[in-house]
Amino acid sequence: MLVTGKAHKVGAHIDTDAIIPARFLVTTDTELLGSNCMEGLEPGWIKRVQKNDIMVAGENFGCGSSREHAPLALLGAGIPVVVAKSFARIFYRNSFNMGLVLLEVGDEVDKLRDGDQLEVNLDAGLIKNLTTGETIVCPKVARSMQDLLDAGGLVPYVKKRLAQKQQGA
Amino acid sequence: MSHNLAEKILQAHTDEEISGAGQIVTCRVSLVLANDITAPLAIKSFKGMGATQVFDRDKVALVCDHFTPNKDIDSAEQVKVVREFAHEMGVTHYYEGGDCGVEHALLPELGLVGPKDIVVGADSHTCTYGGLGAFATGMGSTDIAAALALGETWFKVPPSIRVEYTGQLEPFVGGKDLILHLIGRIGVSGGLYRALEFGGPVIDNLSVEGRMTMANMAIEAGAKVGLFPADAKTLAYCAAHGRTGDKALTADPGAVYEQELSLSVTGMGPQVACPHLPDNVKGVDELKGLRVDQAVIGSCTNGRIEDLREAAAVLKGRKASKNVRLIILPATPKIWRQAMDEGLFSIFMDAGAVVGPPTCGPCLGGHMGILAGGERCIATTNRNFRGRMGSLESEVYLASPAVAAASAVAGEIMHPAKL
Repeated sequence: MLVTGKAHKVGAHIDTDAIIPARFLVTTDTELLGSNCMEGLEPGWIKRVQKNDIMVAGENFGCGSSREHAPLALLGAGIPVVVAKSFARIFYRNSFNMGLVLLEVGDEVDKLRDGDQLEVNLDAGLIKNLTTGETIVCPKVARSMQDLLDAGGLVPYVKKRLAQKQQGA
Repeated sequence: MSHNLAEKILQAHTDEEISGAGQIVTCRVSLVLANDITAPLAIKSFKGMGATQVFDRDKVALVCDHFTPNKDIDSAEQVKVVREFAHEMGVTHYYEGGDCGVEHALLPELGLVGPKDIVVGADSHTCTYGGLGAFATGMGSTDIAAALALGETWFKVPPSIRVEYTGQLEPFVGGKDLILHLIGRIGVSGGLYRALEFGGPVIDNLSVEGRMTMANMAIEAGAKVGLFPADAKTLAYCAAHGRTGDKALTADPGAVYEQELSLSVTGMGPQVACPHLPDNVKGVDELKGLRVDQAVIGSCTNGRIEDLREAAAVLKGRKASKNVRLIILPATPKIWRQAMDEGLFSIFMDAGAVVGPPTCGPCLGGHMGILAGGERCIATTNRNFRGRMGSLESEVYLASPAVAAASAVAGEIMHPAKL
């Protein structure tokens, strides 16, 4: 799968209250959450985003609360991929469950600037900076996380498990 | 093989042999938790999974504590979804209204969590139960939905960091200061993906409530869990809250740690985390003269009876500054009644405090104490992210109940001994 879009660069330790402030957690609707994405960082931030744009962040992106509304808000905003130096633990797990792709690239993230045009090849694990011509090779995702992605996320995975259990009973 | 606390607890819940950090294991869970914000998403995923019943209706806790008493129509609708699901599934431990409190204060009090348990909750401060020796961690709603359906979940065995506290605690220094000091030292990602395991003479002497305050903030260092051994104090706490059959729990001799820290607390004063991250920690005296508009005492970090007594000891015979709104939220109905019966409310009311119902409320900027632009709050809560308690232009300083109380009286951040 190929994703091409503009990089939106943010700093380190971007917390889930910045991604989606608690006052917006009165819905489970992805689109609605998306319309308030990053409202805790900068009011109206979402206006700069077009579908398939890519979030680029420093270390510990998604720290703080366990709210799954955070990856949902990013997806709802039309952002399918986040590239970061590192991710917070709960956010990492949530994103895979929700189908938001996270690429943890360490210091390589410095090769990406705000506004750069990026092309992310998810199958090959490559990020191409179309603006500068530089390329980043992404470390492979852990086998267990890949299995989850291959199953289409946690919901279909558990659905299958439950069906197997019922057949066994 | 020798196991540290994290490995030992995980091993008790899986048939796979635990051989060390990095291994992925599937474990049976002792309790699954969600609240009024996270349960609606979990229920949506649960239904999407085609699940029709929870794995064990006695091992599920649904606690509507964040936006309750419901702050608006949307939050009322969310609680309604949770209530109807709880009834449909026959969930034993559903809480809303008069029997409801802040989840991480409520569940230990009800005896629903204890040593060697694995608890997963759709709330990042689920790690609080590490104070009782439980492997307890926060997850997202869909992971929780899977645990609700299957009664199990997968974990990556975390590397463990052992933190040993030595020395003598100074007056007005306790669990909150110990954990803030550590986060200040290792940073908000210093424990990322790791288990923090606490020990040493200072911890042995610390109350179970103080340990829960510390475990509560393990997530603020990025950690998966913050674990304490279960000793005689833990077992007495558990027995007093109706549990039977709990046993002492310690790490094995020769257990492996990625890192071992030894921190001396002698001479350390009260600690305060400054905006806008919990690792921006300073000694209280460095902040002297910093005016505050609001003080909040409560939350899953510091809303227990011991915390209220600590605040009352400072507030007794004193008045909050005319310029400070002092808001005190006992974390559960039992704590509320206890505080009332002990006469703490008279002290609080005489000091000019607002005593509110048990709720997470202002901690996450929900309601009951939202900040305007330019306002500054000193709070006993656990997060001071930008805009956490209201306006993006407001500030939250994190401290112990004694420091919050003293600051309310002084109208500026203040060491309780220097009032």
